[in-house]
Amino acid sequence: MPTHKTLAATGNSVVAEAMRQCRPDVMAAYPITPQTTIVEEFAGFVAKGRVHTEYVTTESEHSAMSACIGASAAGARVMTATASQGLALMWEELYIASGMRLPIVMANANRALSAPINIHCDHSDIMGARDSGWVTYFAETAQEAYDNTIMAVRVAEHPDVMLPVMSTLDGFITTHSIDRVSVMDDESVAGFVGDYVPENALLDQDNPVAHGTFSGLGGPFFEFKRQQREAMESARAVINQVGAEYTELTGRPFDVIETWNMEDAEVAVVVIGSTAGNVRHVARRLRAEGKRVGIVKIRVWRPFPYAEIAAALKSVKAVAVMDRAESFGAEGGPLFLEVRSALYDLPERIPVVNYIYGLGGSDVKLELIERVFADLADVAAGTDSPAGLVYLGAREEA
Amino acid sequence: MANLKELSHRDDRLAGGHRLCAGCGASIAVRQVLLGAGLEPVVVGCATGCLEVSTSIYPYSSWKTSFIHNAFENSAATVSGVEAAFQALKRVGKIPADKKMKFVAFGGDGGTYDIGLQSLSGAMERGHDMVYVCYDNGAYMNTGIQRSSATPKGAWATTAEVGPAQQGKIQRRKDLTQIMAAHNIPYVAQASISHWKDLTSKAEKAFSVEGPAFLNVFAPCPRGWRIPSSQSVEIAKLAVQTGFWPLYEVEDGVFRQTVRVANRKPLEEFLKPQGRFKHLFTPGNEALLAEIQSDVDKAWDDLIGRCATE
Repeated sequence: MPTHKTLAATGNSVVAEAMRQCRPDVMAAYPITPQTTIVEEFAGFVAKGRVHTEYVTTESEHSAMSACIGASAAGARVMTATASQGLALMWEELYIASGMRLPIVMANANRALSAPINIHCDHSDIMGARDSGWVTYFAETAQEAYDNTIMAVRVAEHPDVMLPVMSTLDGFITTHSIDRVSVMDDESVAGFVGDYVPENALLDQDNPVAHGTFSGLGGPFFEFKRQQREAMESARAVINQVGAEYTELTGRPFDVIETWNMEDAEVAVVVIGSTAGNVRHVARRLRAEGKRVGIVKIRVWRPFPYAEIAAALKSVKAVAVMDRAESFGAEGGPLFLEVRSALYDLPERIPVVNYIYGLGGSDVKLELIERVFADLADVAAGTDSPAGLVYLGAREEA
Repeated sequence: MANLKELSHRDDRLAGGHRLCAGCGASIAVRQVLLGAGLEPVVVGCATGCLEVSTSIYPYSSWKTSFIHNAFENSAATVSGVEAAFQALKRVGKIPADKKMKFVAFGGDGGTYDIGLQSLSGAMERGHDMVYVCYDNGAYMNTGIQRSSATPKGAWATTAEVGPAQQGKIQRRKDLTQIMAAHNIPYVAQASISHWKDLTSKAEKAFSVEGPAFLNVFAPCPRGWRIPSSQSVEIAKLAVQTGFWPLYEVEDGVFRQTVRVANRKPLEEFLKPQGRFKHLFTPGNEALLAEIQSDVDKAWDDLIGRCATE
């Protein structure tokens, strides 16, 4: 059994630690706030000789992901980390990594996208990458960021999946706050993730391969895309299986969604990322007052847990979906669109309110969460109809 | 270096049957460069472009090597990742420590001078043990002859048209070989498909140095240059003989002319046979033609000034 050590550490620090423990062969990365301390700490591991990793300090995020793709196709275990504009600059390569079925693991420090330039947390970057074919985890805490990063390696490299995986954590809130984190010993992590045995490696010169070939009109492009969808669907079972094995090692429960007091909840808030903590804090007080409130926190964003969300929310009278990203011109934020779609097949139509909050690190005060629950109570009681989309906490005059 | 007889015994690593045009300079460049890789295994990376789409149509591959295509602007970064994997897997014992392997990235001038310049510069600066080869045909040929920063001044291109208000490309071409020399990497050379011995020996040097090497290979495009398919090598030869494309190398910072041109021919001899320059020979363009000749003269003098005297 593993030995566990409790640290006071930032999210970025334990993500770097998880990466070191997973023994990547190649790390290709470019610094960007608020991801920087991940690549800095990793550079420290390299300088101290604590890793065998070839550390490729590229001149841009586009080249970082390009080098990751080359290294992964070569047959190496490959990792990187980015944020915000960096993820946006990688956009072309995100699709190529998943299309080439390369099990790259990447951490993303969730941060707003320009303009105006803003270095603080929201989910615009990661939500923009939602259709790129990456399995995507969200962390509420540094602990989850550590755990997700280790599980990500197993999921990515699983023969039924072979997709890149992102382990995301909220910029500054989780990346830079010191938190209490339990980490495992190196051998246990190495044993859990195992050795990567690539199937079609460029460096296997006895079996030459061609990666990234051309598939034009009449070629199998369409069928390749179906295989990607099938792989993403297969990831559901693998994520759960890997999560269950991880729980055996650590004792920490894992599910693609985390439900809080949903058994008898009348209203529920659906939330993703670090804000779940604020929501739980307010919900605890409301429970103490006898209010039947519940929470659904999403931990795996891709593949989206439709069935789990529908099952968790099927008996409530009103739902609030908290989006820390915009989808301009859509009916709501990205999370709202998914959650409402998940509820469509239920026999009862449940009112869903969409809150856009916390963009560019805008403060998520407890009063704002209280307002969400108060709105929900009115909607559930039928005294108010659900507002379309609420910009929660935005000032009327900037 | 290997002589012609030895080279003739080496396997071609680019198989016939690829879909490149007859007379394409790119495939000639690739075959000559890969002869220089010797007998060691090679991983080839290729930027999006004619060479890539014509040699890797799924489920076929013309490459008798491992091959990777990623995107347009990043063949250097991609191959740098392959090379990094090789180093790491050797370090950890998954690949024998004495194993030798060569890594080469190919890109056209669009993928190298323009959209891929940053990726190339980064990979060279990082010191990966790889060779980058630009096959320079002076325009975006795969998408239909659009101008690049390698397109010569005055050349017609579909985005540098000829009409009463404009006579082809207005700007001078970028001197990428000099830019790469300024990276202070172990080996940089400019070569041409018309001079196979010079090109193959430069490729041998590029593959044999430890660290990054860059080759800029002149590779005519019959379709884009409006020349008969049979004339690719002849035109390339004229580029060398007129001084438009000097053959030289930069080894550890020392410039050396590898093919001397005793009496440079007038540039017109290179320009005239090509349809892309035909407007330059219509009345009224005499001054422009003289200006282009004078640009070549100046670049030539600058280069000779840099080259070591023997």
